[in-house]
Amino acid sequence: MSKMTLQTEGDTHVVVTRRFAAPPEAVYRAHTDPKLVQKWMLGPEGWTMPVCISEPKPGGKIRYEWSNGKGAGFHLTGEYLELEPYSRLVHVERMHLPDTTPDNHVETRFDADGTGTLMTVRMTLPDAQTRAAMLATGMESGMEASYVRLEGMI
Amino acid sequence: MAGVANLDAAFSALADPTRRAILARLAKGEATVMELAAPFEITQPAISQHLKVLEDAGLVMRRVDGTKRPRRLAKPGVEAMDQWLAMLRKALEKSYDRLDEVLASMEKQKRGEKR
Repeated sequence: MSKMTLQTEGDTHVVVTRRFAAPPEAVYRAHTDPKLVQKWMLGPEGWTMPVCISEPKPGGKIRYEWSNGKGAGFHLTGEYLELEPYSRLVHVERMHLPDTTPDNHVETRFDADGTGTLMTVRMTLPDAQTRAAMLATGMESGMEASYVRLEGMI
Repeated sequence: MAGVANLDAAFSALADPTRRAILARLAKGEATVMELAAPFEITQPAISQHLKVLEDAGLVMRRVDGTKRPRRLAKPGVEAMDQWLAMLRKALEKSYDRLDEVLASMEKQKRGEKR
């Protein structure tokens, strides 16, 4: 159930899939309602999200601020582009580390899968270099694209 | 684990299909520049240039064998990248495990409201 897959696709995409035991409506809400996002999109143990703004409407703002409680932190800003409750979300986001990273265009699909949901997150970066930099510096909650394994090396 | 500067170089080196193919070939064992160039429609100097990028990134090393300089994978560099990716993957999985709990409590609340 909890098995996550993460793969690179072509030169500029990263695709993540994950199954959830809840129906698409619940998973969609957990990705758009700031009160819910704040509870889980935290990455490694010890981090919190003191600021969580999410306005789920076309053009609506996204702002997530993370803190490790020891003075370290960073934030993400973005905008919603398309919303199809409860099946599809399109938004752009960028990290501020504090330098601003290039826009990551993200399409998230929530497909019914039995009584649960199959979620597919498809990220599109401007170019291969940007994707490489994103993978090397990490993202809001961590990313993996084992190019090495993808190519069947190990 | 290697420094982040090395990881930047390693990931940048991998942002090229020819270099990924070179690594995939070297994963099967060491090879000379000529052997590495054979499957590609590019010149040996071009392959050498790609190999230099991979060597600078700590992903490939060379051995001296008479007049030959066979290349092979540099295990520490490849492993450092793999460890880094595993760590990032774990952070994302951790978030989704938390989301499982959030979804379970949402479901519970919903059932409570219906009662």
